[in-house]
Amino acid sequence: MLVAFIQRAVMQGIPLLFGSTGEIITEKGGNLNLGIPGIMYVGGISGVIGAFAYESSVETVNPFLAVMIPLLASLLGSLLMGLIYCVLTVTLRANQNVTGLALTTFGVGFGNFFGGSLIKIVGSDMPSIALTQTSVCFKTQLPFADKLGWFGDVFLSYSFLAYLAIVIALLASFFFNKTSFGLKLRSVGENPATADAAGINVEKYKYFSTCVGSMIAGLGGLYYVMDYANGVWSNDGFGDRGWLAIALVIFAIWKPNLSILGSILFGGLFIIHNYIPNISFEMQEIIKMTPYAVTIIVLVVISMRRKREHQPPASLGLSYFREER
Amino acid sequence: MVTPAIELKNLTKTFGNVIANKDVSLVVNRGEILSILGENGSGKTTLMNMISGIYFPDHGQIFIDGKEVVIRSPKDAFDYSIGMIHQHFKLVDVFTAAENIVLGLNEKGRYDIKKSTKKIKEICDLYGFELNLEKKIYEMSVSEKQTVEIIKVLYRGADILILDEPTAVLTPQETQKLFAILRRMRDDGKAIIIITHKLHEVLSLSDRVSVLRKGEYIGTVVTKEADESVLTEMMVGKKVELNIGRSEPENPELRLEVKKLTCFNREGVPVLNDVTFDVSSGEILGIAGIAGSGQRELLESIAGLQKVNEGEIIYHNPKTGKTDNLRDKTPMKIRDLGVRLSFVPEDRLGMGLVGNMDIVDNMMLRSYRKGKSVFLQRKQPKELADKIIADLEVVTPGAETPVRRLSGGNVQKVLVGREIASSPTVFMAAYPVRGLDINSSYLIYNLLNEQKQKGVAVIFVGEDLDVLLELCDRILVVNSGKITGIVDARTATKEEIGLLMTKNDNGGETIE
Repeated sequence: MLVAFIQRAVMQGIPLLFGSTGEIITEKGGNLNLGIPGIMYVGGISGVIGAFAYESSVETVNPFLAVMIPLLASLLGSLLMGLIYCVLTVTLRANQNVTGLALTTFGVGFGNFFGGSLIKIVGSDMPSIALTQTSVCFKTQLPFADKLGWFGDVFLSYSFLAYLAIVIALLASFFFNKTSFGLKLRSVGENPATADAAGINVEKYKYFSTCVGSMIAGLGGLYYVMDYANGVWSNDGFGDRGWLAIALVIFAIWKPNLSILGSILFGGLFIIHNYIPNISFEMQEIIKMTPYAVTIIVLVVISMRRKREHQPPASLGLSYFREER
Repeated sequence: MVTPAIELKNLTKTFGNVIANKDVSLVVNRGEILSILGENGSGKTTLMNMISGIYFPDHGQIFIDGKEVVIRSPKDAFDYSIGMIHQHFKLVDVFTAAENIVLGLNEKGRYDIKKSTKKIKEICDLYGFELNLEKKIYEMSVSEKQTVEIIKVLYRGADILILDEPTAVLTPQETQKLFAILRRMRDDGKAIIIITHKLHEVLSLSDRVSVLRKGEYIGTVVTKEADESVLTEMMVGKKVELNIGRSEPENPELRLEVKKLTCFNREGVPVLNDVTFDVSSGEILGIAGIAGSGQRELLESIAGLQKVNEGEIIYHNPKTGKTDNLRDKTPMKIRDLGVRLSFVPEDRLGMGLVGNMDIVDNMMLRSYRKGKSVFLQRKQPKELADKIIADLEVVTPGAETPVRRLSGGNVQKVLVGREIASSPTVFMAAYPVRGLDINSSYLIYNLLNEQKQKGVAVIFVGEDLDVLLELCDRILVVNSGKITGIVDARTATKEEIGLLMTKNDNGGETIE
């Protein structure tokens, strides 16, 4: 039972990890993208559209294409969302909070519209669409995972996207701290005027970090549909995982490697009510709140400790005008 | 004859109608420190910004090592090995010193902080910098931050260094340290330009001095052959007649007494040090001084906006004859005491008016408490706004126009008009004519004179000595937070005030 719990917690945590890594990369460049929930939603539905198009056009699916087509579709969808955000906030210097919230509303609407359309096309009697064949390809495990007992179950039983999430988070950490590109990106988020004076193209870096961040976050949506939900898309099924991912950014104090542990913790807190016997419905809902409560506690603690390294990037959420010295 | 490291020929820069630099020509050689001396607004920083690529000159030429160059951006300036150390540091707070120094250099992939650190250490050893490269900027003192800035430009290979008022933020000991380093760099063959208005520093550090006055190049002298009075005269120039009227004070009675006022800034450095003076009704007290000598803090502590560490501010109430100490009272409390204080701050649209609100609303900021119901009464403020627009000839489409859309002079008229309308007994104005054209300036002078004749005690912080000498009755000179003299404006000379503003009266104590 403990093994099963850990497994479920990890699977629950991976979409959050994708989302928070994407958001951390975005925020390091100084953009507060509150559109992440919408972007993850779009990442999910784009993958579904890709998978649906492929599954319905062939008799038997080629596993490689069954993975690649939804993957690319998902990346493309979330990239476009990231670009919308960048054009509005970086080029046109619109307010980042308003743009982000609008993008979330838009993303959810976009997903539900296409989700609903697909459900109508297949004429399913359930309000959902199942892409079982694609999901099977996504969920391919390592061949020896089930032969290693609990060790295999806890560490090796996940699909490639889950490992990808962890690798991306570790890479992001390395990239921020050890590369000159990462140093430049952080300087853009901290003090764009200084970065500009040092010859760094601020707009380019902001576009880059936001678009890459969006694509990574979008993968969270794809993982949710294809792995966690076994290829079943139902409108609004993604829930508020996007907001949880943003909360995780704060919880992990803007460190992608910490957010790996954080995501599993959040995942566990999110589902723990299923593992407590004889629990009332009210209690379940209260337990589901714990990740948010924990985030608030973390916020209070980091605000009180006032350690500069644990603060958000200094010019997070601010547009940069060179002329405004 | 040696080729100069950098030579400027007839550089001219205008901003709109304001001439910031007119036909400025300079020469700096390698192995030499040149001081650029001038009052506030004499165009020193503009000139240096043209060399470092922030502004582009309207016309004129720049030669580096005898070759004519065009500098369009800070990057171009770097490419010609010009490094500028700005007054406001450009550093990332959460980065270490080393990270800030290497930031933006084109190194691919993993950056080799060890190799960079070694190179930085070599620079430090060469010139005698003391710096912990692992320290984060936010943990550093101002002087350490400045060191990081200097090493940053040296690391990029600068051999023409421009320092914009580098000592403004330093303690005397830190200044001595910096000067030692600058001398070592000079001996190493670097060309150094230092912008300053502190005479004693010019005399002790530089080889030659070039003087600017009101954007014009006055001349260059060899430091050894100059002394304070020669430089002061070059800096302030001959007296200009302005024909501002001045009446004799009528029935002056003591209105405000400031006693031993001392204020510290956040770093614990005194910004006002043992300041004592008084001002009477029916007189204009001028305050002269280099920008940032404590003028702002002085007015703000009287207005109740600045924390006072020591001293008293005594107000003599003409109606009741009572005295009140205004120290540590909020503006609201001061008003409740019946003290009618008006303050025209330096930052008109920041502290004075709300830019996005119209003239009527801005009038109400001062008077909304007079309303009796929960709803706003816009009738009286509207009348007041219309009156100010008519009396002061404010050019505006109407009283409903946001203040931010008015020109600088008209903004100032609205602000001064509002402050006068509250019939003050003490009227304080900080740089009220800054950025205003001649006609608007005279209008403001006349308004101040009118207030004086009505028996108001007027405190006027100004930067133009000619104006101060013709408008005020007495002039108080501040220098680094201390009063260096209170002179009679009818008899004082420009040179006298210029010296009081710039001299270092604790000259012997600089090296402790």
